[in-house]
Amino acid sequence: MSQESWQYKTELSVVENHGLKDDEFEKIVKSLGREPNRTELGIFSAMWNEHCSYKSSKFWLKKLPTSGERVIQGPGENAGVIDIDDGDVAIFKMESHNHPSYIEPYQGAATGVGGILRDVFTMGARPVANLNSLRFGDPSHPKTRHLLSGVVGGIGGYGNCIGIPTVGGEVNFHPSYNGNILVNAMTVGITKKDKIFYSAAAGIDNPVVYVGSKTGRDGIHGATMASAEFDEDSEDKKPTVQVGDPFTEKLLLEACLELMKEKAIIAIQDMGAAGLTSSSIEMASKGNVGIEIDLTKVPTRAQDMSAYELMLSESQERMLMVIDPSKEEMARSIFKKWDLEFEVIGKVTDTKKLVLNMNGKEEACIPINILVEDAPEYQRNYVVNNPTKPLNINENDFDKKTILNDLLTMISHPNLCSRKWIWEQYDHMVMADTIVRPGSDAAVVRVHGTNKAIAMTTDCSPTYCKHNSFEGGKHAVVETWRNLVASGALPIAITDCMNFGNPEKPEIMGEFVECIRGMTEACNSLNYPVISGNVSFYNETNGEGIYPTPSIGGVGLIKDLNNTTTIALKEEGNFICVIGETNNHLGNSQFMSIVKGKENGSTPTVNLQEELKNGRFILNLINQKFIKSVHDIGEGGLLVAVAEMCIAGNLGVNLGLKAEFPHGYYFGEDQARYLIEISKDHFDKIKTLALEQDVFIDEIGMVQGNSLKINNLGAVSINDLNENHKMWFTNFTN
Amino acid sequence: MKSHVIVFPGSNCDRDVEVAIKNISGSYPEMLWHKETSIDNSDLIVVPGGFSYGDYLRCGAIASTSPVMQDVIKKSNEGVPVIGICNGFQILIEASLLDGALMRNTSLSFLCKDVYIKSINTSSIFTKTTTVAKIPIAHNEGNFFATGDNLKKLEDNDQIAFQYCNQNGTITKESNPNGSLKNIAGILNIQKNVLGMMPHPERAADLTLGCEDGKTIFESVLN
Repeated sequence: MSQESWQYKTELSVVENHGLKDDEFEKIVKSLGREPNRTELGIFSAMWNEHCSYKSSKFWLKKLPTSGERVIQGPGENAGVIDIDDGDVAIFKMESHNHPSYIEPYQGAATGVGGILRDVFTMGARPVANLNSLRFGDPSHPKTRHLLSGVVGGIGGYGNCIGIPTVGGEVNFHPSYNGNILVNAMTVGITKKDKIFYSAAAGIDNPVVYVGSKTGRDGIHGATMASAEFDEDSEDKKPTVQVGDPFTEKLLLEACLELMKEKAIIAIQDMGAAGLTSSSIEMASKGNVGIEIDLTKVPTRAQDMSAYELMLSESQERMLMVIDPSKEEMARSIFKKWDLEFEVIGKVTDTKKLVLNMNGKEEACIPINILVEDAPEYQRNYVVNNPTKPLNINENDFDKKTILNDLLTMISHPNLCSRKWIWEQYDHMVMADTIVRPGSDAAVVRVHGTNKAIAMTTDCSPTYCKHNSFEGGKHAVVETWRNLVASGALPIAITDCMNFGNPEKPEIMGEFVECIRGMTEACNSLNYPVISGNVSFYNETNGEGIYPTPSIGGVGLIKDLNNTTTIALKEEGNFICVIGETNNHLGNSQFMSIVKGKENGSTPTVNLQEELKNGRFILNLINQKFIKSVHDIGEGGLLVAVAEMCIAGNLGVNLGLKAEFPHGYYFGEDQARYLIEISKDHFDKIKTLALEQDVFIDEIGMVQGNSLKINNLGAVSINDLNENHKMWFTNFTN
Repeated sequence: MKSHVIVFPGSNCDRDVEVAIKNISGSYPEMLWHKETSIDNSDLIVVPGGFSYGDYLRCGAIASTSPVMQDVIKKSNEGVPVIGICNGFQILIEASLLDGALMRNTSLSFLCKDVYIKSINTSSIFTKTTTVAKIPIAHNEGNFFATGDNLKKLEDNDQIAFQYCNQNGTITKESNPNGSLKNIAGILNIQKNVLGMMPHPERAADLTLGCEDGKTIFESVLN
């Protein structure tokens, strides 16, 4: 629409600055029957941006399976809930904090952790574990080091202080993230089935209570910023990044959990993106009621804040609750004990409108349904790129004598080396229930006071997704499923954090659609539904989008702690077997990228029936106590997995060389495979079981000595492997 | 046998200590909010780890002025055993119950990992076991420092409780995780009834978590 045809009093530039399109503004005017005032425009901007409204993704997200016999709450609440037996539930979600973390890495990452923690304890769960999924640009890019240290510092700074262990995660480097890093934070909490809290406001005239920190001018328009691309001036957006205070969050956590024992809370919602605006509107919308707020009552830490600023501030560590009026004084005393604000700022009404008053003047009056149900929804155009073609391999180009050298090159590369430098900066043991620490396939945390545990992991391969979004989407889901299986857990459900470029571009939208299609297929086949998640679009700088990155966080249940498995080799003389077929798939592999410097070929195909069959076989072996150690074969292939098992167990192996094309065999990334360590005496029994279940098994070597030895090709000591594995981060960050 | 665990705003290892004491002694300690002004007859007071007051101002500084600390000081003067772990160690130093200072780790970053320590004083109620113990650390400010005179006093009076060492018990530079003077991981007061240590024995008191070397520190006090 041209400036001339703009018939409204509100200037077009003001509308544009609020991230709204002109037709969206027109829709607002039509629904309201008048032009919005500035505060109302701000509220619409906050509710209708991509981050809060899911307007480009909603249509596609509906295709994901979200129910299952263990799912108690799927997407739509602050976090999803699954049944983990005995009346216990696990509540979890992963969320992105990409844009703020690029602008201000420490605070951006820290408040990402703070936000996801609140999402989980809002629902009544005590958080028991944090995980994350991180993507940085090329290590040689001038900003990477600064961003990496800032993000790791921020995640640790927040999680360590609040005292929730950070037990797992993943990190990768790729030039596509040079101008747009990804920081996805996940929290898992545990509570009882009958102690879950929801956000639907209820009870006309019940008090609406504000608790936590005071409101300042920080983070205004944070969610709108997160819904736009970056350019050279992105640094100017620093004031939209919030500042975290984990100490206050710790107090808020304890105060909320204390009040939750008292049956005083009717509804509760954290103030995350778009602060007071989205929390009050969510609560009213879910409860099908109205909310009236007196903004003069909102505790502030800056003077003369306007209605507009109060509604759009993203100050951290705040919550909104509807409480039982007879419990008000008791609730107030709990928050007073914890030195936190507690203020009745409004009430539930039957008007189904959001009404804001300030100093006796009405500052806004908007029907809730316009803000929520009338929010724009787009079916964006999309085109699906053809998957890249398979590699044309000439086996003569590979000299098998280089295999051990290639292995060293690979395990010392930033994308495959040890992440110890990172996780040693996170308190991963506080709460004294961490059974399997970072560095294995999945982290395992005991359910406090019981003999069972939950296993958790995050994963995604953006390279796979870029070159074949459908298979890549499948793979991301399946990789987490395998990680859980390899920890002895029954995989239950996932949370997804969908990081993509600008959805208004058909190719980007095509990547999104295909990833969702792949994920849907995998989730359906594995009975592994999506129970929560988040979409982050516009991860672009100067028109360059990131690789499609659907980060998946998986959670599983270990019914008996004694059946927990790790990747660490246990005892000399045991056999090493590979489960699942190896077909030398080198396309898009770490070997090609790291050793040959080529990102080419096709993404490996995930055969979901094979995955299911092989995974079930592994779980059965674990439950029958046949497995001494197990590792899923992922990026880097078989030999990298063997090396990781050796390093973790500080034991060597002796591998026979049977393969005709050793590079393909040792570094290929065929799916549905695991390495297992078993007692020699059990081999025949296990082989019979495998034959019966049509599972491919191959004995490839034996645990022995203190070096990784391949017959006729030489050996490398575990010490050398370990040194090479851990040196990159130390050197890079010094 | 009665024990107490002090809870400050921001303490986050209070529950871990509570569970460890219960597992070792059979009975739960009493959890005392920092605004309490007196502690009933106690056989052991634990000042747990965490981030009391968010480490604002200086680690442990604000907590050391909490109402309950007056009675912790009084009880310790009367000979009641007191253990300060991690942030608790920092609080005891700020409350002048122990000497020295805890500076930022030389790496300038938070560090969470297993370390090995061994008892140097072997006569105190906390340090009777002489074998090497594997116990985790998790801190940003654990780099112990004392001036020359103070260090000499600590040494002369046998107040050094633990030093970081390697798996075999040898005290080496490589086994020092944070730059602490003389690899010092924990110290005692002159009467030997107050212990401050950076490693977390409560996290190494359960075989399911992989190690129970930390138990011995509580055991002789509790049993």
